[in-house]
Amino acid sequence: MSLRAKTTELKRRMQEAFKGGGEQALEKQKASGKMTARERILALLDPNSFHEYDLFVKHAGQDFDMDKKYLPGDGVITGTGSINAWPVCIFAQDFTVAGGSLGLMHAKKITKIMDHAMKMKVPLIGINDSGGARIQEGVNSLAGYGEIFYRNTQASGVIPQISVILGPCAGGAVYSPALTDFVFVVDKISKMFITGPEVIKTVLGEEISMEDLGGARVHAEITGNAHFFAESENECFDQIKRLVSYIPWNNEKKAEVFPKKAPKSRQYKLDSIFPTNPMQPYDVRDVIRAIADDSDFFEVHELWAANIVIGFGRLDGQTVGFVANQPMVLAGVLDCDSSDKAARFIRYCDAFNVPLVTLVDLPGYLPGVDQEHAGVIRHGAKVLYAYSEASVPKLTVILRKAYGGGYIAMCSNHLRADFVFAWPTAEIAVMGPEGAANIIFRTEIKASDNPEETRKRLIEEYRQKFANPYVAAAYGYVDAVIEPNETRNYLTHSLVLAQSKREITPKKKHGVPPF
Amino acid sequence: MDEKIEIIDFKYEEITYRTSLTKKFASRTPYTPPDSRKVVAFIPGTILKVNVKEGHKVKKGDTLLVLQAMKMDNHLLATRNGTVKKVNVRQGEVVPKRHLLIELK
Repeated sequence: MSLRAKTTELKRRMQEAFKGGGEQALEKQKASGKMTARERILALLDPNSFHEYDLFVKHAGQDFDMDKKYLPGDGVITGTGSINAWPVCIFAQDFTVAGGSLGLMHAKKITKIMDHAMKMKVPLIGINDSGGARIQEGVNSLAGYGEIFYRNTQASGVIPQISVILGPCAGGAVYSPALTDFVFVVDKISKMFITGPEVIKTVLGEEISMEDLGGARVHAEITGNAHFFAESENECFDQIKRLVSYIPWNNEKKAEVFPKKAPKSRQYKLDSIFPTNPMQPYDVRDVIRAIADDSDFFEVHELWAANIVIGFGRLDGQTVGFVANQPMVLAGVLDCDSSDKAARFIRYCDAFNVPLVTLVDLPGYLPGVDQEHAGVIRHGAKVLYAYSEASVPKLTVILRKAYGGGYIAMCSNHLRADFVFAWPTAEIAVMGPEGAANIIFRTEIKASDNPEETRKRLIEEYRQKFANPYVAAAYGYVDAVIEPNETRNYLTHSLVLAQSKREITPKKKHGVPPF
Repeated sequence: MDEKIEIIDFKYEEITYRTSLTKKFASRTPYTPPDSRKVVAFIPGTILKVNVKEGHKVKKGDTLLVLQAMKMDNHLLATRNGTVKKVNVRQGEVVPKRHLLIELK
């Protein structure tokens, strides 16, 4: 056979495999508003960059007449390519082939590309669209999941792992995304749950739709399982491309440095964004935009636990992770969810050499029976742990209120912030003036002829004396009280200073964080 | 967050902040102290058997009813001596979590 004939034979085989589950199944996939697995990969990666492997892998099912079935690629497409010219490993489950179900060889294709990503130290992107375990392959499909989870864990903190949920992802399958760094969901398309509506109905008698149980909004707003929410698959791919631009390929590299760009100072003026009265709300994201390069802020977990804001931005071209209390929501308090949200992000940044910039404006931890019983002690401790443990450059700016435990938790000097700056509006105190005065001057207020007036006078005295940055500055807990408009200048300067920062930590296998 | 944000008063340690609430915070269930006279479903499930009727005298430790959930038969016991004031469920009924099953007096 000539080379040409051999090549034609190869092309014929490839074309056959490219058909996935066949015309009908592909049409059905599109009719349900979803792209096909192959379309997704091509839409996400740079043009002509996708290189596919294991196209001719055959499934390993022997029982239930499975041996007579041909499943192209065994229901998953794997390969490498690039995003913004940066290399990535990728797999996409193909729902048109046996419902994207996971059997032995399907799993082996995934674990092979994961091993590849680990060896080459490049990011891994997994597109999930699968009915779950391939029941016909029994315990082999369970083994497949287990092998994936193990690799997700080994890869954690070494290479960025991104999960994209573009279809069902149910049962044990959900735990792979849960172990990865960033989970993307798309409205009406993503469905994630451990047990579906049918099982819930039979076992417990509760009726709920798939969307209300584990739709994209649920995971973006209520559970926090998803970090990014998009209206369409294309919007989701744009988000992924943007995320990849902020993070390094692996834990031994730093994120790509971009050209410096000043903030859009006409659009984001601190004078108009920021009310000095600590009782008044504002959107802390506008403060971030007033500081960050090109006023560009890429928010993570935008819809979940909105009382804290996390995300990426750049200072003089260098990626930083912003963590900021959001006075516009619940006055910016820390609670169970916002602690979890911040702590995981801090650990991500620390693992991947992304300096942390913390903006502080909170009255403390959220009171309430539900919070206490939900374990706000255990959850809140994660923030302390994550900040204390982080050895990347840590810069803190105290904008307004920094009361009590909240002050300590938000990357204070005591948790080894490298620099703590305070605006002249900062109030660093053991608690708010009202509460503090009521306790300290209780007897004096009681004994007074006009308790209400005395109380007001004493609160005001306390405020004058303690509700400012100068008491903390007097002890050196604040490194500099700065003009708000100097914030960017101080931060960029500190980042340069911290370039070669080395923190000496005690030798240990690993700590035991309050997970 | 991009939807209209309702700014309300939020009191914290005697200071009233102007801020908005999260959905979760706004829809939280207020705490009610446990009441040993009220027997509630600790898990959603099916009532397999009801052992008592209104007016029955019960002793601490008596099985009041059997609640089947997750393929397990759970015997719900009286945690005090008393009289059955009201039975709110029938055999075969499917009940949600925290459903008030039996009231004692």
